[in-house]
Amino acid sequence: MRAGLGQEPRPARVRARRWLVAMLTHVATTALMLFGLLFVTFAIGRLLPMDPVLVIVGEHATPEAYQRVFHQMRLDRSVPAQFGLYLSDMARGDFGVSISTGSPIGSDLARFFPATLELATIGMIIGIVAGLPLGVVCARYAGRAADHAGRVFALLGHSMPVFWLGLLALLVFYARLGWVEGPGRLGVTYQYTVSEVTGLVLVDTLLSGDWAAFRDAVAHIVLPGGLLGLIAVGTVARMTRGFLLFQMRQDYVTVLRLKGLSESAILWRHALPNAFGPFFAVLAWTYAYLLEGAVLTETVFSWPGLGLYIAQSLFSGDIPAVLAGTLVVGVTFMALNVMGEAAQTAFDPRQRGA
Amino acid sequence: MRALTRSWLLTSEPESALQARVGLLYRRLRRVRGNPICMAGLIMVGSLVLLTIILPLLPLADPVSQALEHRLQAPSFTHPFGTDTLGRDVLARTLYGARPTLVIVAFVLLAAVPVGVLIGAAAGLLGGVTDRVLMRLSDLFMAFPRLVLAIAVAAVLGQGMVTAMLAIAVTGWPPYARITRAEAATWRRAEFVQAAEALGASKARLLLRHVLPLCLPSALVRAALDAPGIVLISAGLGFLGLGVPPPTPEWGASVADGRVVMFDAWWITTFPGLFILLLGLGFNLLGDGLRDLADPRS
Repeated sequence: MRAGLGQEPRPARVRARRWLVAMLTHVATTALMLFGLLFVTFAIGRLLPMDPVLVIVGEHATPEAYQRVFHQMRLDRSVPAQFGLYLSDMARGDFGVSISTGSPIGSDLARFFPATLELATIGMIIGIVAGLPLGVVCARYAGRAADHAGRVFALLGHSMPVFWLGLLALLVFYARLGWVEGPGRLGVTYQYTVSEVTGLVLVDTLLSGDWAAFRDAVAHIVLPGGLLGLIAVGTVARMTRGFLLFQMRQDYVTVLRLKGLSESAILWRHALPNAFGPFFAVLAWTYAYLLEGAVLTETVFSWPGLGLYIAQSLFSGDIPAVLAGTLVVGVTFMALNVMGEAAQTAFDPRQRGA
Repeated sequence: MRALTRSWLLTSEPESALQARVGLLYRRLRRVRGNPICMAGLIMVGSLVLLTIILPLLPLADPVSQALEHRLQAPSFTHPFGTDTLGRDVLARTLYGARPTLVIVAFVLLAAVPVGVLIGAAAGLLGGVTDRVLMRLSDLFMAFPRLVLAIAVAAVLGQGMVTAMLAIAVTGWPPYARITRAEAATWRRAEFVQAAEALGASKARLLLRHVLPLCLPSALVRAALDAPGIVLISAGLGFLGLGVPPPTPEWGASVADGRVVMFDAWWITTFPGLFILLLGLGFNLLGDGLRDLADPRS
């Protein structure tokens, strides 16, 4: 909705209506995608090639027990009815009971989720703090050695099997050098002295006021968090560079150059703020990607997050738990994508007053 | 028939359509050769593919035969990459491990690219409701976390190569649909397409004969950039035990094999992982270079 030169500004009423239509389309699309996600997890659960009742009751169950579970799992209902009941269960946050842990999957997920969130957030912070300046440098020296180095680094990050690099990092920095702590979130000594408040180990140890515990938590998160950060740095730098180079080709940059502004000033003060829209979209997207990368990283570092929960449920054949975990990761992933899109619109200078 | 000389290939006045096409291909290949990033990627991927094909001819140990008396041996002259927990040769297992990964990449691309390109071209050419429905559908599949969805599908369908391929391919087509749609929408307004339409060409003919060929190059560039992701997802599935069932060597599974003895026998995990990285990097370099070549701005 770019207002062209010499065009009369649109009346407020028209603008408000357009905004409303855009918002409604957005909400409808998001709702549709959420519905699709639920449908897919439901469908995957129905694809199960073996008898789902037998998985629970075992081969030697009595016919009565079999029938009871058959009824409990609603397999005697029609497929659309099953889907409807599944939707209402999900809306109430009722994911069923985990076969392996014996507790409600919903509360399991609530317990495991903060750990993943914390890990991905640390990775994201590292990604922004290191990736943004790197991207600006690459754009400043585009086509030169620094730019090529940044490019190779980003490509390496995109080709890196995280689980493998995690194992190597554990071998070198934990087993050989002893610089950091090994798997897990906190040493055994602090496991029972630090009370869980937020579920974020860095925050909880800080709240406990025990500096040794906080240091221990940092020593635990530094490796998996740094690993995810390394992957984010490449993406963030590469994207920042691309957006900046696009901005640098615009007419306003030529004007600024004619005014005599230095290249660095143009980059940092003018091009970078204009690139914020797509930049935030990429941040949301990278964050979602890190959340997914956390699945494998957590397995390697025994980090008690969603990824480890999914992997452990996988090994014990607990399909409902795997699917519930998938759903939570999927919903978060989707929410981040929607937020990224919204941020892109909000920060686009052309959308101001449109 | 004149010989395939350089002047015949590079002439600006081709005498036949065939000569023009071959000449164009030759010119494109020359540009690939001139791009070091592209060449590096091509050599890395190409040599791995070649190696996989000639594997049976190489003097390698049997990748599945166990020799428990030789277990956990460090790299040496007889076992350059050492031996694993069951005394199997890690070099042989690493090289043979390329097979399932390459097959999965090939299959996923063969399934996802044509489907995505067709959907995208149809959406861009037809426009209207078809366009909106198809694009919302691709949005839906694009909003899925690929690895996690692949894990869920593989978890339900059970371990195996076909499952892994299916699980990865399902979420693979939307990027191609998006790229192709954007291009098809511009070609739709091109004069030659309108001319063909005025001559009475059907929608299907417009799609297949006029628009599709023009959309293919960007889809292929995207495919090269997509391949590393497929390599990583399939290795991740293998690492979680959802890939090819043992004892068939597979990179992700081999990395997981060495995990327990990681601190004593680093080589079991290190070498297969290094090859995952090499293949992924090869594809990435190839794709990045091709993208530069395809970009008219550079």
